[in-house]
Amino acid sequence: MSEALATDLMGVIMGGSILGNRVLRKEDPKFLTVGGNYVDDMLDEPLLKGSAHVTYARSSVAHANVLSIDVSDTKKMPGVIAVFTAADLGLEAGPNAFNPAVARTMLASTKVRYVGEPIVAIVSETREQGEDAAETVIVDYDVLPALVDMEAALTSSTLIYEEAGSNAVFDSTALGAPDLTGDEFFAKCDVVVSEKINNQRVAPCPLEVRGSAVAWVDGRLYQWLSTQHAQGARDVLAGINSLEPGQMRVITPDVGGGFGAKIGTYPEEQLLGMISKKVGRPLRWRETRSESMVALGHGRAQVQTVTIGGTKDGKVLAYRLHVLQDCGAWLDFGTVLAPFMTRPMSSGVYAIPEIECRTTSIVTNTTPTVAYRGAGRPEATAAIERAMDLFAAELGMDAVEVRRKNLIPKFDTPHTTVIGQTYDVGDYEASLDKVLAAANYKQLREEQAKRRASGSAKQLGIGVCVYVEITGGVPPMGEEAKVEVLEDGRAIVYTGTSPHGQGHETSWAMLASEQTGIPMDKIDLVWGDTDLVPVGGGTMGSRSLQQGGAAVYQMSAELVEKAKKVAAKLLEANEADVVLDKDSASFHVAGTPAVAKTWAELAVASKADGGLVHGGTLTVEMPTFPFGAHVAVVEVDTETGKVKHLRHVACDDAGRVLNPMLLEGQIHGGVAQGTAQALLEEVRYDSDGNPITSNLADYAFISAAELPSIEVIHMETPTFVNALGAKGIGESGTIGSTPAVQSAVIDAVSHLGVRHINMPTTAERVWDAIQSAKK
Amino acid sequence: MKISVTVNGKKHDSDVEPRTLLVQYVRETLGLTGTNIGCDTSSCGACTIHVDGQSVKSCTLLAAQADGSTITTIEGLAKGDQMHPMQQAFMENHGLQCGYCTPGMVMAAIGILDENPSPTEDQIRIGLEGNLCRCTGYHNIVQSVLAAAGKK
Repeated sequence: MSEALATDLMGVIMGGSILGNRVLRKEDPKFLTVGGNYVDDMLDEPLLKGSAHVTYARSSVAHANVLSIDVSDTKKMPGVIAVFTAADLGLEAGPNAFNPAVARTMLASTKVRYVGEPIVAIVSETREQGEDAAETVIVDYDVLPALVDMEAALTSSTLIYEEAGSNAVFDSTALGAPDLTGDEFFAKCDVVVSEKINNQRVAPCPLEVRGSAVAWVDGRLYQWLSTQHAQGARDVLAGINSLEPGQMRVITPDVGGGFGAKIGTYPEEQLLGMISKKVGRPLRWRETRSESMVALGHGRAQVQTVTIGGTKDGKVLAYRLHVLQDCGAWLDFGTVLAPFMTRPMSSGVYAIPEIECRTTSIVTNTTPTVAYRGAGRPEATAAIERAMDLFAAELGMDAVEVRRKNLIPKFDTPHTTVIGQTYDVGDYEASLDKVLAAANYKQLREEQAKRRASGSAKQLGIGVCVYVEITGGVPPMGEEAKVEVLEDGRAIVYTGTSPHGQGHETSWAMLASEQTGIPMDKIDLVWGDTDLVPVGGGTMGSRSLQQGGAAVYQMSAELVEKAKKVAAKLLEANEADVVLDKDSASFHVAGTPAVAKTWAELAVASKADGGLVHGGTLTVEMPTFPFGAHVAVVEVDTETGKVKHLRHVACDDAGRVLNPMLLEGQIHGGVAQGTAQALLEEVRYDSDGNPITSNLADYAFISAAELPSIEVIHMETPTFVNALGAKGIGESGTIGSTPAVQSAVIDAVSHLGVRHINMPTTAERVWDAIQSAKK
Repeated sequence: MKISVTVNGKKHDSDVEPRTLLVQYVRETLGLTGTNIGCDTSSCGACTIHVDGQSVKSCTLLAAQADGSTITTIEGLAKGDQMHPMQQAFMENHGLQCGYCTPGMVMAAIGILDENPSPTEDQIRIGLEGNLCRCTGYHNIVQSVLAAAGKK
């Protein structure tokens, strides 16, 4: 390692602030030399000694009444310890939080509603024995019509939850949001365009699938869980097991990615405690990838009808968005993303005088949908950006020019859009200018014109997206942090956020070190263990730094004040005269640095008073609204429809930046996932509801060969919402990239008469669009 | 079945079931859990290790097929506290986030440079096509391999 890098890593940059520097990650040496300690790696955990394995037998049909479940052969299979159906566990149908008329048992009992729904739990000595045994479960199905398509479900007489009276189970009008008006909404417009857009269902695909382990320890239930939010899981699991929260301990090992799909808990995880109690042994469960593809929640899954109207010179006067949100076969988080996340952000970065948005969430016989990187905001951005492109195309104007005419001007005090969402700060045009300059937009258009004139089969497409999103908007609007200095001078930071790749061990150590002067390598981070951190909001919605990090920053500062009181006593000085020398991490009286007290000495002196520790809750007034602009450049082979993503330029403004290296990493990953949706990935079912993308050979998970390097342009507009000036960056890349890439593909063939291509813009779809335009 | 393999310089004589995959043997029998499992179709590459000097997805071999071979896993790369140059390059270039694909990615990357010590960016991207990562967008992984090849 170079000396400069080593210095960075040790966090001993003398004099200046460590904040804003490219500090290498503290967590990396472990991951690089022995690998992380993921839930399935805990072979030596003493509390799991003698554990058995759980395997779930799952529904092989999408929609059926269950006539009988025969597990008599299963019980006789080698290594099988016990077999449980819903009836064996006494499970009763529990009402859904979003619609009480929708109820199911955690193991399907009278009805199955999607392929992959768990029906039987098998406990066996080894995992392989469980897999073999699962194949012997015989379920007698009375097959019902499978409702795969949302629009078909809306009009079908077949009801997935009969008690609900409709397959439309949640509607924004029920939340008090106005319904759509008639044609008069666009009466003042010279030009009106409309399009039905499919924001397709995709699979989050964290590289580590779900896994969990449980053990009853002295009447308490311990559950290790691959999760983004241990405290939330603790409350749910305690409730299911009829325990007080204090009797339930959730422990988060290393987590191999979440992307929103590991925010909540699932039946396979929820049942482990009660099954463990019945068999009297600790249990382990880990799904296979093929199970994960059908039983871990999916994302997006909206059909959007956009209508946009305005003047001939490009001013938008009215915009209407009607969203059909696919819940899948259960009402998980996916159900409320459209009303709670898409609708409020429907105006995007534009000053649109009239907006209407209605959302309708519909159950189908597919895997339930959940939050997935961006969770409702990529969908809002995709809709308005596609609408802007269509409006520009209709007018024959440049897509950038139309956007410019409608951008909300720069603001540094809160701005409220017509739909009613208040944004913190914004400078959208500056981000657009930066990204266009970096991409050399003018030259790209010239190159495009040249290729068009030449009639080449390799056409260039340029896509532009300007976006704003909401981060830190998930309750609680704040976070817990505690900082403790030990008698050896080391510090422990406790956080209610929960890293799974974001680099919190590094970032939170930077923040604590900045305030205390304690070097980063002497600061350890504790998270995700509900005994050690009982209160916390987890990591989701790009909330960690702006709330969890800001809490660490504030509690560290308050701990310094507390330490000054102790130092004043030891130094026999006035508290007001005591200063912290951050370079030596010690306290002295101003002007006499020779006589100093170290953090370790203060910790020893504080022992009788309960130690040198300080914690509390930071609350914030509002979410933050990161924004930015992306330019995508693609090459489309007009003879085959094949798309090559040539360049991606991203200017994402997340406010003040703590560690540019980590920020860039978040943008890169987001852009890749966003591009994956635009170009490749889609969860598909056949007409009977059988999944046809149920493993990583069939699902088009994006690879290195399908992506360019990503050009990141920095821009910092600090927010006033927190002391760090930081907004979220975890999801921005996904939100900005998808519309830019989709738009670039359409742009490449627009001169051939193509107006719209749904995502993913596969070679087949692009080729079809070109052929249809010829007719 | 009885097999004899040398893993990270240490000889192991083991009795394995015929259906045991090499990745299961490495993880469960030898306890080398740095090698991960990310799929069940040999698509993701998280289980990539070196068998007789070749980078191999260890879910594609039975443990029995590895009889007599010399194996290196992520745990066998560093020499004491000194990381392998590829590990070092991943650290310095932020080539990992959640860490799950990382051991397989590092082993695959070493395999690429073994075959071609001076690859272009495109060659690296094509070489890593069988190793999936959901966090990094591959950008910094490619930068890490370029750095390890002395091209950055």
